[in-house]
Formats: sequence, C-alpha cells, structure tokens
Amino acid sequence: MRISDHLYRGIIFIVLAASAVVVLLPFLWMVSTSLKPDLRAVYQFPPQWIPDPIAWENYPKAWNSAPFSRYLFNSVFTSVTVVAIQLINGCLCAYAFSWLKFPGRDWLFLLFLAVLMVPNEVTIVPNYVTLSRAGALNSYWALIVPFMATAFGTFLIRQAFLQVPSDLVDAAVVDGASHLQILRHIMIPLSVPTLLTFMLLNFSWRWNDYFWVLIVTNSDLLRTLPVGVIAMRAGPEGGSNWHYMMAATVIVLLPILALFIAAQRYFVEGISRTGLRGG
Amino acid sequence: MSESLRLQAVKSRAARPALQIGGTKYAWSHLWVAALFLTPSLIIFGIFIYYALGFNIFLSTTSWNFLTPDFPSVGFDNYIRLFNDARFWRALGNTAVFAIGTISFSMVLGLLFALMLNEKIPARGVLRTIFFTPYVTTTAAVALLWVWIFDPRYGLLNAALALFGITGPRWLTDQNWAMTALIIMNVWKTLGYTMVIYLAGLQSIPRDLLEAAKIDGAGRWASFRYITFPLLSPTTFFILVTTLLSAFQVFDQVAIMTQGGPVGSTIVLNYYIYEQAFVNMRAGYGATISTIFFLILLSITVIQVRLSRRWVHYQ
Repeated sequence: MRISDHLYRGIIFIVLAASAVVVLLPFLWMVSTSLKPDLRAVYQFPPQWIPDPIAWENYPKAWNSAPFSRYLFNSVFTSVTVVAIQLINGCLCAYAFSWLKFPGRDWLFLLFLAVLMVPNEVTIVPNYVTLSRAGALNSYWALIVPFMATAFGTFLIRQAFLQVPSDLVDAAVVDGASHLQILRHIMIPLSVPTLLTFMLLNFSWRWNDYFWVLIVTNSDLLRTLPVGVIAMRAGPEGGSNWHYMMAATVIVLLPILALFIAAQRYFVEGISRTGLRGG
Repeated sequence: MSESLRLQAVKSRAARPALQIGGTKYAWSHLWVAALFLTPSLIIFGIFIYYALGFNIFLSTTSWNFLTPDFPSVGFDNYIRLFNDARFWRALGNTAVFAIGTISFSMVLGLLFALMLNEKIPARGVLRTIFFTPYVTTTAAVALLWVWIFDPRYGLLNAALALFGITGPRWLTDQNWAMTALIIMNVWKTLGYTMVIYLAGLQSIPRDLLEAAKIDGAGRWASFRYITFPLLSPTTFFILVTTLLSAFQVFDQVAIMTQGGPVGSTIVLNYYIYEQAFVNMRAGYGATISTIFFLILLSITVIQVRLSRRWVHYQ
C-alpha cells in the first residue's frame, strides 16, 4: 500500500469524524440544556456545555408537568397493537398473493399496490369524517383501525414468501397440512428477518406519527408522546423553559433511539433494501 | 400423522372437483382461504383508501364545514377559487423550494459520506450509526429541539456563528430565513437515509471493474466520474423519487416550528390543507387542495418514471 493511500484514508477519517460531531451536536445540546439548573444557566452566553450543578431533577419535573405516563402508555399500546395486527394481515395477504391461486389475483394485487401511491394527506379529511360519523374520534379505535391493513407489508412479506422453495410446500401439502399450517410452520419461520424489518420500520412510523394523532384526538387521555410533548409546550413548564422542554424531548426520543441502537442491523438493512419513505 | 391418514387427506382433497374459469382450474381450498385471508385488509383499504379517495373528490365539490347535515354543492367553484388563491400558489412554491433545497443538499452530502464510508477506515460502523440516527428520531420531538437551536439570542446555531464574529439571523421569525432553517433541519434529518441507500448502491458495484480502471491508470476522480457515478444512477434515481415524495408531504416541522409563518414564508401544501380543513373548518376547500395535491404527487411519479427511462443506466 502506498503512503498516499494512508494519507487519503487519514484525511477521510478526520473529515468523517468532524462531520459526525456536527451531526451529534444537536443531541448533545439537547442533553446539556436538559440538565441546566435554572433559566439563568439556560440563557448563559457563551453556553456552558457541562452544567454546574447538574440538575437531574429536571427529568421528574418534566415527567410530572404533563401526563407523560399516559402518553407513554398510549404510544406503546397503539404502536404495538397496530404492528401486531399489520403483521398478521400482512402475512395472510402475502400468502394469498404468493401461494394461492384464485381468479382476479393480479388485479387485486394491483389494488393493494395502488394504496402505496395514496399519501395519507389525501385521505385525512374523509377519514376524519368517517371516524367522526362512527363516533370513533377521540378513541383508541381512531388510532388503530385505519392502520390495520398494510400494502407495504404485504408487498415486502410476499417477496420473502416467494423465496420459499416450492418443494417444501409440496411436501407439506402431501402431508395434509392446511394453508394456515403451511403459513405458520414454513413461511413465517423462513421469513423472520423480513418480518423483523417490517415490524421495526412500521413500529417507528407509528411511534413517530404526529399529524393523524393531532387531528383525531383532543384529550390528554389519548395523546401519544409526540403530540403530548408539543401540548406540554403550551403549559406552565413549557414556553421558554427550555431545560424542562429538552428533558421532555429526551424522554420522547429515548425509547425509539434505544430500539434503533438495539436493532440497528434490521433498521439499516430494511431501509436500504426497501428504501421506502425518504424522510 | 400416520401413513393411512395422510393418504386419506390427499384423497379427500383430490375428491373435490375444482372450480374452472376460462380454462384455468382453481382448487376450492385456495378460493375460500384466499377470501378469508384477504377480506379483512380489503375492508380496511375499501373504507380508508378507496372510499376515502372518492369521498374526498365529492367533498371538493361542496362547501361543507363539518357541521351541516347536508353537503351544499358548489360545483367547480372550489377549483376556480383555488386557481386564484395566492396562498395556495405560495404554498406550492414553498413546497418546491423546500423539496429542492432538502434533496440537493441531502443527496450530495449523503453521496459524499457514503463514498467516504466505503473506504477502509476505522470506526466505520459507529460513524454510519451516528449519521443515520437523526433519520429514525421522532420528527415532532426533534422539531422542538431545533426551535431551541434556532433561538436567535440563546440558541446553539447563533452561538456557534458568534464564534466566527457573525451575527446570526432571527431564523424562524425572519421571513427571509425561516425556510432556510427548515431546510437545514431536514437535511440533518434525511442525510442518513440517502447515505444508507447510496452505501447499499456502492456495495453492488463490482470491485474488479474499479480494480481494472486503477490498473489502467484511472485516478480516483476519473473512476468516480466514469464508473461509480454512472453505475449508481438507479440508486440516485430511486433516492430522488422517495425523497421528493416525502419532502412534498412535509408537515410536522412546519406545524411545530413556524405554523407556515412568518408572513406565509413557510406555508407548504400539507400545512395549508390542515389550516383550511381543520383550523378554518372548510372541509370542502381542504378536500379540493388535497385532490390537487394528489394529482401533483401522481404527476411527479409519472414524470420521474418517464425520465428514468432516458438517463438511468441499469446494468
């Protein structure tokens, strides 16, 4: 290897490391602010990165300034429920579109794919009206029912199911296995990485959703974390009390960051393989 | 399952006559299982996608305000009004500026970082994780964080600029800078996405091709210009489509950071729909904007597919 190669890589590493610090700065700033003891420290110029003293009490204070335990429960409950139902429906539809023969299959599949072309915003007014007529506004139904089917999941899982060797399926059919058994004992076990990817991506989308939750809920009982933290901004601990606001922001971001770091491989692979949703 | 039971199962299956339509035979078990598996999803899509699309178009021909029991028909008045609505055109223009600003920076930086991360350097995994992290965070929460960063007097950005003797603008409250601020935040957030897709694209480029170019004496720039970049064109195109569509749908940041202001300088299409339908309670007019919005997104996709045929090199 030539010296110039070493030099080249050295420069690249320095540039990347410096850029990484810049990308991380907003997060460091958030944590730093969240630990500042009072507004004087928050508004100090030039800013002091490591607060003195470190005010850990901002976290319980922020947590208690709004019903955050309720927000957390709502976020977890609605995201987990939607992901579980979508996983079931996704597997069922993917199986039907990959291993079952029935008339109108291609046509129906096209109907599913077309759903991917319809942005949420186009259906937001009519769906609001539909749910309001059903008396489902301001209820968990509104946060769950519209998301129970998945075109993206059907498409993704179908790709995985199509990779399953047909010999395996034929053998199971000869053994008298039902379609549900083939799905449970062959398709699903052989598609675990895809299913995990789908669950993670989908979970993060539901968890991060703001627009829909904002529109269909108007009480603290149903707000999720993203909508809750914005609601807190209007309260007494909000406004320009940036130390409390940033503590609350850390609380909102921690679960999704922890999940991302724990399951990074599936996130990154999932995004680069499916690439759906560019931000 | 014993041998005899197995045979019995196969026999009972074979005993049932298949359904025949137009020369193709369908097993009954396939038919009813497919119906069972697909019906729940079809009902959901039927109500929340297909009925919703139709209802949205119907609403766009009314002046409904969420309250009256009937839907007062106004024909095409909403569309005519939209055509003369300066705020709508402003929103369309702003959305385009936001999309172009975000995409160009995010793609150039994403490609640069991907190229650099593709080299044999230490801590690659950690660096990749750091660049990707903003992408998975909750937009609403990081929007709040960036409101604080853009704080004109005490925010991080202007503090950093002050180090260089620059007095930073008032960012979110300055109509000349608010859109720039939104773009900066969104580049930070979407950079990791373009980087990860580009990295995947880079990994699919055959190594021997680059080796051969090196032996032939091609420098780094030449092999990027004539090999890597052309071979990445499907990736570039793919990123362009996905980021353009998602940039056009921006909402959370605008709702939290600027509410479309100051003086309409950050009003975007999606926020305008929200404003008309859910703030001003004009369901009919909101539906009109979203119908046009849908048509715009569809035509972007169609144009992109057309263009891709011209300049994307597939291997």
